[in-house]
Amino acid sequence: MSDHESTYVPKTAIERWMDTRLPIIRFGMDYANLPTPRNLNYWWTFGGILALCLMTQIITGIVLAMHYTPNTALAFASVERIMRDVNGGWLIRYVHANGASMFFIAVYLHMLRGLYYGSYKAPREMIWIVGCLIFFLMIATAFLGYVLPWGQMSFWGAEVITNLIGAIPVVGEPILIWLRGGPAIDNATLNRFFSLHYLLPFVIAGCVVLHLWALHAAGQNNPVGILIPKDRQKKDMLPFHPYFTVKDGFAIILFLILFAVFVFYQPNALGHADNYIPANPLQTPAHIVPEWYMLPFYAILRAIPDKFGGVVAMFGAIGVLFVLPWLDTSKVRSMRYRPTMRTCFIIFLFVCFGLGWCGGQLPDAPVVPGMPSFNLFDGQLNSYLWLTRLLTAYYFIFFLVLMPFLGLREKPLPVPATISEPVLPVTEQKG
Amino acid sequence: MISNEKKTVSFRKILVSLTAAVGLVAIAAPAMAAGGAKHPREGNFSFEGPFGTYDQGQLQRGYKVYKEVCASCHGMDLMHFRNLGDKHGPFWNPKYPNPNDNPVVKALAKEAQVPDIDSETGEALMRDATTADKFPNPYPNATAAAAANGGAMPPDLSVMAKARHDGANYIYSLLSGYVTPPAGLKMTSAQHYNPYMAGDLTPFWEGKGHVPPGGFIAMPAPLRAGQVTYDDGTEATVDQMAKDVAAFIAWTSEPKATERKQMGFGVIIFLLLFAGITYASYRRIWKGVAH
Amino acid sequence: MAESVVNAEGPDGQHGGGDATRRDFIHIAAGAAAVGAGVMVAWPLINQMNPAADTLALASIEFDLTKVQEGQQVVIKWQGKPVFVRYRTPAEIQKVSAEGAVGSPPQTDVERTKAGHEKYLVVIGSCTHLGCVPTFGTGDFGGWFCPCHGSHYDASGRIRKGPAPLNLVVPNYEYMSDTRVKIG
Repeated sequence: MSDHESTYVPKTAIERWMDTRLPIIRFGMDYANLPTPRNLNYWWTFGGILALCLMTQIITGIVLAMHYTPNTALAFASVERIMRDVNGGWLIRYVHANGASMFFIAVYLHMLRGLYYGSYKAPREMIWIVGCLIFFLMIATAFLGYVLPWGQMSFWGAEVITNLIGAIPVVGEPILIWLRGGPAIDNATLNRFFSLHYLLPFVIAGCVVLHLWALHAAGQNNPVGILIPKDRQKKDMLPFHPYFTVKDGFAIILFLILFAVFVFYQPNALGHADNYIPANPLQTPAHIVPEWYMLPFYAILRAIPDKFGGVVAMFGAIGVLFVLPWLDTSKVRSMRYRPTMRTCFIIFLFVCFGLGWCGGQLPDAPVVPGMPSFNLFDGQLNSYLWLTRLLTAYYFIFFLVLMPFLGLREKPLPVPATISEPVLPVTEQKG
Repeated sequence: MISNEKKTVSFRKILVSLTAAVGLVAIAAPAMAAGGAKHPREGNFSFEGPFGTYDQGQLQRGYKVYKEVCASCHGMDLMHFRNLGDKHGPFWNPKYPNPNDNPVVKALAKEAQVPDIDSETGEALMRDATTADKFPNPYPNATAAAAANGGAMPPDLSVMAKARHDGANYIYSLLSGYVTPPAGLKMTSAQHYNPYMAGDLTPFWEGKGHVPPGGFIAMPAPLRAGQVTYDDGTEATVDQMAKDVAAFIAWTSEPKATERKQMGFGVIIFLLLFAGITYASYRRIWKGVAH
Repeated sequence: MAESVVNAEGPDGQHGGGDATRRDFIHIAAGAAAVGAGVMVAWPLINQMNPAADTLALASIEFDLTKVQEGQQVVIKWQGKPVFVRYRTPAEIQKVSAEGAVGSPPQTDVERTKAGHEKYLVVIGSCTHLGCVPTFGTGDFGGWFCPCHGSHYDASGRIRKGPAPLNLVVPNYEYMSDTRVKIG
């Protein structure tokens, strides 16, 4: 917590010498002894898992950059050379490629925990905002990285996404040409994307430091969502080490098993077969889709009939997260005690999955084949286009309407005064 | 035992139902993805599944089909002769850990002629290939390949099994699946009908009933029974050749697949043990702590 | 954690206490497994920098000796390094043979060539001092002279004067025929 004071006492002469010059041991010990709410469940282990994901991506990425060639004529073959000729290169590349997906699985679960338990609410707004920034940078990094193998999906993904910039009135076109370094996606684009793909992970790492700093200042939230009163701290808190290091460690190993199953047994399941076809600027694949983790946002983009409007909606879907701490008016953090909100949240989760599913479908395809339908404005009602619109509407209503109004209107359940209370058996509580 | 059990459980319920929903979607996905083409037939390959490995005899037969049939139009630019002697490859021999020393591989390389430049004069010349050389490409460049094939460039086959959904089964089905086009399908002489090819034939369908599955392919049926004489005496039926060459292309697409699966087995066993030990350690540390 | 254990006292940092050895063992085992995992992860990250299969495949080249004129040398590239193939004149051969074992380590000319092919000298063209390429036909001994730091080699590639510690390296090579050598 913010009022957590350093309890570290340097023991040896070397430690004392260091402590007055570079108190790095004190810094580490303070983190190890950080009082942490004892009731944190496994949803709180994703922070550690994400740290591991970032490290994995940076290390494997640096290694891959030793063998990759950012040139349109050579990129595809250089990636396959990594898969074939470089010692253990196939392993490193599959870890990196699947690592991106694992990173997003973990970050979505981490965000879901933050949403459910109200971890974004005062005094933790800065943790949340920096987290949103990290998420945005992750999307940018993943997009840039997906371009590098220079397959068909790389090329056409880059084409479509950079074209979004062109939707901006007046300045869009010049910015687009500046961004691509020419009239089309070409060697100049590939080179700068490689450079930026190498840069951004280190920016993310910097943001992670801020994220942790803010966490250290405001303290951990917990499943009950209450601030732990000062006099309860000794009873309700545990030092981070060894209690939460071992819990995080166990969760990390479980996560690594999932990771390993993908890397070793389904390494291409999360990718798209078309990306093993070298990029061809003269032929678009029949059905282009982004990676799974971007599908919900891609669906929102396509839901809006206007090009610029779609871009605004897509960025708005991410942007709304940044102001979430001020949209939620409820005094109660955890949705455990907000039954109405919890129902809305469950619907919201299904909507997110639904948007992801819609993002991978052709907009004009019928949702229920063979069901009679009628034309509404620009498409059949029984089409993914209209389903996406419905889901997009809920996505924004959840944040912009339900969050502010439910917070004021709903009647939350009684919130326990301490986090120990719910842990005690019912009989003991009643007695 | 927990006063707010109802609430915690409901959050779990959300996840269970979400997982179920995602699972259903995942099951439904391939059916949707197949689109207008016929779902590939099962090749029942030896390399399928987590413990599957390549059948060396089949890879050797597949290489022969590739070399004698496919290679006259299709390149395989990512393959080198030395790869044929790699571990788990068609001509792997444990006696020659370095595939460049493998006499079979050397002999196969020597059969091929590759373009080079005279180191003295700089003039173009053809020389015998070495193990370090790539498989020769039948065309000097993409434009020449397209020009020689009526505008449709025969795609490179190196990673073809990864570049198509359900790669090996698809290649097998496509090569052995040529049928007489159904009456009522409007097509030119440069087009060939294949029910496994991706496409939408609606604009070309003038017949009765449903639009036939599949699409047009520029490649005529490439395999005829007995076209290749297998060294191991296997009868060279179209089905056999298609299956063998599909297996060969699956190997060229993913030459490290066997190594990958074997390593994965060890890694996952290790992680399970590691998880067990860590869980025991976790239980010890948290023993007697209410949470 | 469904199986929450209730302990009204809360944590005091001591758990169990009686079976300290077994407790320590499980923590040590978990720590050891983590260290083991780290080592296993480190190996592929280190090994990837070793020469790749395509690099190793180019380990040997063949060369047609008829391309070298008497008294001249041809420089070919092998594994990214220059290789001197020198067709020596009878006078040069006689001179280096007559000198016996010289250089560092002391070697006779016979040790540095193949029997029956004494007129051809094949050496790696990197100065053994710091890797510059010595220039042909210069220096005090009629062999090579390294312009970087002044090492003099004779026509057998042996170091005779200057800072270089060793004779020019003779690579592994063999005669495929009278006019063709395979290096590597």
